[in-house]
Amino acid sequence: MTPVAEQATAYAERFAAFHNEPAFGSDRVRAMREQAFAAFAANGFPTSRDEEYKFTNVSAIAEAPFGCQGAAEPTRKALEPFLFDGAIRTQIVIVNGRLSKTLSSMEALPRGVTVDQITDAVTAAPSAAAGVLATTPFVALNTALFGRPIVMMVPPHAKVDEPIQVLFVNTPGEHRMMAATRLMVVAGELSELTLVESYVGLAGTGQGFTNAVTDVILMEGAIVDHYKIQRETTTAFHVGAMFVQCDRNSNFTSHSFATGGKLVRNDVFATLDGEGAECTLNGLYLAGGDALIDNHTSIDHAKAHCPSHEVYKGILSGNAKAVFNGKITVRPDAQKTDAKQTNKALLLSDSATINTKPQLEIFADDVKCTHGAAIGQLDDDAMFYLRARGIAEVDARNILIHAFAGDILDRIKIDAVKQRVEKVVYAALGAL
Amino acid sequence: MLLEIKDLKVKAEDKQILKGLNLSVNPGEVHAIMGPNGSGKSTLARVLSGHPGYEPNGGSVTYDGHDLLAMSPEERACEGVFMAFQYPVEIPGVNNSYFLKAALNAVRKHKGLQELDAVEFLALIREKIKLLEMDQSMLNRAVNEGFSGGEKKRNEIFQMAVLEPRLAILDETDSGLDIDALKVVANGVNALRNKDRAIIVVTHYQRLLDYIVPDFVHVLSGGLIVRSGGKELALELEAKGYR
Repeated sequence: MTPVAEQATAYAERFAAFHNEPAFGSDRVRAMREQAFAAFAANGFPTSRDEEYKFTNVSAIAEAPFGCQGAAEPTRKALEPFLFDGAIRTQIVIVNGRLSKTLSSMEALPRGVTVDQITDAVTAAPSAAAGVLATTPFVALNTALFGRPIVMMVPPHAKVDEPIQVLFVNTPGEHRMMAATRLMVVAGELSELTLVESYVGLAGTGQGFTNAVTDVILMEGAIVDHYKIQRETTTAFHVGAMFVQCDRNSNFTSHSFATGGKLVRNDVFATLDGEGAECTLNGLYLAGGDALIDNHTSIDHAKAHCPSHEVYKGILSGNAKAVFNGKITVRPDAQKTDAKQTNKALLLSDSATINTKPQLEIFADDVKCTHGAAIGQLDDDAMFYLRARGIAEVDARNILIHAFAGDILDRIKIDAVKQRVEKVVYAALGAL
Repeated sequence: MLLEIKDLKVKAEDKQILKGLNLSVNPGEVHAIMGPNGSGKSTLARVLSGHPGYEPNGGSVTYDGHDLLAMSPEERACEGVFMAFQYPVEIPGVNNSYFLKAALNAVRKHKGLQELDAVEFLALIREKIKLLEMDQSMLNRAVNEGFSGGEKKRNEIFQMAVLEPRLAILDETDSGLDIDALKVVANGVNALRNKDRAIIVVTHYQRLLDYIVPDFVHVLSGGLIVRSGGKELALELEAKGYR
């Protein structure tokens, strides 16, 4: 039996066994899961022949199946470094794909906001569309196997002024384990929400794989400020997809920070599906050693008068590899679209590499779309200028690297979040 | 003697630029280095500051008893060597005030002095910035980013005022300035003249020397100092050219 067939069989067995568990869900959910697994089984894991994975080799994930067994639930103390020093009171903690009631803190959940685990809700999410399942194998695998989702609803007109964190913890222990995590957020009409979605790992001798799917649905006029902080262990695999649906006049901002993992792949699919909706995607990723980090973003301008802004920056050292693919689609009806995309990468070593590609598909004629990519090393003139004023070489280097990263960090809107994220980023920079 | 350059030879991009230059500078003196384009004036300034693009391949530079050429750019700066850049570098994302505090504290630490905290630093720079008639808001902008030519040159002399070097080298600080900026910059430099500090003014134009009056004038041509004299030499050069 070939390794590929062997792992397909292993997932099929896991899927078959899952049918008998209560988390498998209602008939509607069943239909979605069956469809998803069929799509995954038909295509398997992507290879470099797949355009979307041309530069991202996932064979380390595909080579052997992952189980669902991880280490025991960690102590609260072990999670302390990830809890924002008390600055965020509401913490929804998911360990290896399962909600932990003991580790979560929901007392301060703002009035009207609900968090439940009803799987049925997910069938209506953008991620569950048949076309999505057929084209995104990791989302299909997640859809077949995720346990109970986290479903957060923000009622219309609610102003949630304190951030909420959903903390996904991966603790493989000595196992080769995949956590299929699922988060769905619905921000009601004219509501406001700040959400921090964090992925962390606790070291073990095994191999952790987070397969994450998030849906964010913004109703008319909703404002969502979203942070994804991915800081798993240096051996971890992380493949995450976020689907964002923006209705009329809504405003979605995403800040993505990725600092940890052996192989990290983030997909963002944002659809501007109502006039006047606005979407901002900011990203900062750091990779050293043999890490690979791939950010694929797709902004779909489906309606007219929607601006989108995107700035992604990467800092790479050692033999790290990065991929950035920024797709912008402007549909025939999406006149007056204003889309800006920038991506920059700073290479700190000669052997670090990045493949970057803007991908603009424009079917309307009265639009503004700009994109730019810049890849470079630290500016020699700037280095000399700092040193010529007495600043030691290592400090000059740090000043310039921090300035490069600071451009993205300064876009964080909440000080309490900014201070902690800065710490995480600076610590990761120090380790590069 | 503060600075002694002996038979200095320097290459840049495989071209021999300086071909055996000699110059001695004592504390308190102001030396003007003049000369036609391509004579090696800026090369001299840059090699003294430790610019990595210039390769000394003969002779020696002794600064305060030390082999200057053996020192890294930051060591030179910490020991009191300051070059005002001909083309100050823009550094996006690095706050001017943060940069200057890092520089000043690196120099102070090197001298064994206590580093200044934010309050002490602010008090110091508020005092110094008046000298250059600069707007306080420049402190909160990124280093030189979006600065006009005049602002950049003022910022250089402002840094000199804060870092208080023992040897300042002004590399064509006058080029591209309007008459107001020229006066401000020159006044700033004059205010920083004292008996312990030596200044080397590299310039293409005699006009700057109307504002910063030198003790000595040297003519650099073909990689060598071909004439030296007092301030009257500058006037003669202005009238007769470099021949």
